[in-house]
Amino acid sequence: MIATIAFYLFASLTVLSALLVIFARNPVHSVLWLIVAFFNAAGLMLLLGAEFIAILLILVYVGAVAVLFLFIVMMLDIDFAKLRSGFTANLPFGLLIALVLLAEIVIAVTASRSGPIIGDKPVDTAQPNIIAFGDLLFSRYLVPFELSGLILLVAMIGAIVLTHRSRGDARGQNIHRQVNRDPEEAIRLTQPESGKGVEL
Amino acid sequence: MTAFFESLGMSHDWAWFVATVSGILLIALPLMLAVAMIIYAERKIWAAIALRRGPNVVGPFGLLQSFADGLKVFLKETIIPSSANKALFLIAPIITFTIALIVWAVVPFDVGVVLADINIGLLYILAVGSLGVYGVIIAGWASNSKYPFFSALRAAAQMVSYEVSIGFVIITVILWAGSFNLTEIVLAQEGHVLGILNGFGFNPLLFPMAVVFLISSMAETFRTPFDLVEAESELVAGHQTEYSSMSFALFWLGEYANVILMCGLNAILFWGGFLPPLDIEILYAVPGIIWLFLKMGLFFFVFGWVKATVPRYRYDQLMRLGWKIFLPLSLLFVFLVSGWLMLTKTSGGAL
Repeated sequence: MIATIAFYLFASLTVLSALLVIFARNPVHSVLWLIVAFFNAAGLMLLLGAEFIAILLILVYVGAVAVLFLFIVMMLDIDFAKLRSGFTANLPFGLLIALVLLAEIVIAVTASRSGPIIGDKPVDTAQPNIIAFGDLLFSRYLVPFELSGLILLVAMIGAIVLTHRSRGDARGQNIHRQVNRDPEEAIRLTQPESGKGVEL
Repeated sequence: MTAFFESLGMSHDWAWFVATVSGILLIALPLMLAVAMIIYAERKIWAAIALRRGPNVVGPFGLLQSFADGLKVFLKETIIPSSANKALFLIAPIITFTIALIVWAVVPFDVGVVLADINIGLLYILAVGSLGVYGVIIAGWASNSKYPFFSALRAAAQMVSYEVSIGFVIITVILWAGSFNLTEIVLAQEGHVLGILNGFGFNPLLFPMAVVFLISSMAETFRTPFDLVEAESELVAGHQTEYSSMSFALFWLGEYANVILMCGLNAILFWGGFLPPLDIEILYAVPGIIWLFLKMGLFFFVFGWVKATVPRYRYDQLMRLGWKIFLPLSLLFVFLVSGWLMLTKTSGGAL
């Protein structure tokens, strides 16, 4: 009973906040609604008994990704009215993406009804699902798991290489050199003659 | 506690509900009292270091100073800037305060004395702790004023940077304890080094991680020397600049609740939590909660000591420390610890 009420609460809030992400006038409000949507999705995961995914959703998406989103959106001065003017032009493309997503969801739902695909044995619900994840990821799905890690590493290095530009006139601080400075060479005592000053 | 309320003649569901609510109150109310006393204690520590007297007027030895401050703040008018985003402006301190409180749900005070004994307790703390930055960011943006806004940007970058190394440090602890459950992590430290020292921190492979965690926890709670978020010489009061009255007090309470939590986490993850420091029978006569509070008090003294003596970092130095020193160091120790455990297969056991 409570689980049913909680499901409808989380589900309707997810849909509502997802709609508000699109319809909010202010981009910062959009991101904040997106965070609310993430939260409610995590709540749905908890109801399914997938506590590890729920926590990961909050940790990764809310705690890191959305912070960076918010960071960027707050710094950029985005004019949403201007973006909206291209609405009709981009509509067919958007509809196409929506259709593909819908098809994927339908396929996933029908496929899972026809029997379990992941794992040969049914998932043991008694053990924490973090252990079930670990068992599968590091045995059967080891290669895809390592490959995805490698791809992420390459993407990270790529992003750094693409955006990094070294300015010739940038002045950095070399802490090692500063710490190793010797008073003998750093300080010079001179006796300047009156009206002449010191040669550097 | 559920059983106790059931014995009073309640049905199981009601007993569970009443037990949980009273458990929450039993944590939240002493926590608020602890925040008040710890602010007083910290002001006394700073005063002692600066050869001053500190608060000594209200009540005996000035013990009631924090309550007087609280009453004063409570009686002030709440001012909302006319150009602020009103709803978000008011939500921000509430978020900070609420998040600072809900993290305590999984903190074990003794064996079995924990509100929610979930098997992913440490992940829960990481996840909820990473939300704390939203209070600062939303406050900074909603104030619609430049100093709070700078503060929000600084907070976002600082939080994300130090969370990376905290994550790696926690992985080393999890590897050795073999569990995400905080109670099991504490119990795994029993007689960890030479069969007599309780605590991962005594282990030479984990001691550097304990130091990294202590420094990172100062950065996570925006304490000196990492308090660039509210650097008063540059940003007035950072994200709190436009706040007044209780909305300001909520930030203050949340901040100190987080500091106490971080002291507790240092004790729980590395120094044996509710276990006595030495694995000797007679020391177990003292209740575990006393040991935990003693350790938390010790770490709180270190926090206050550092705040009173260490000057503030520059922002680029802060980023350098986080990304160029802590990240490679903690990554290296993840390799070392997992390598050691693989070679000796002592996961969950003693050194």
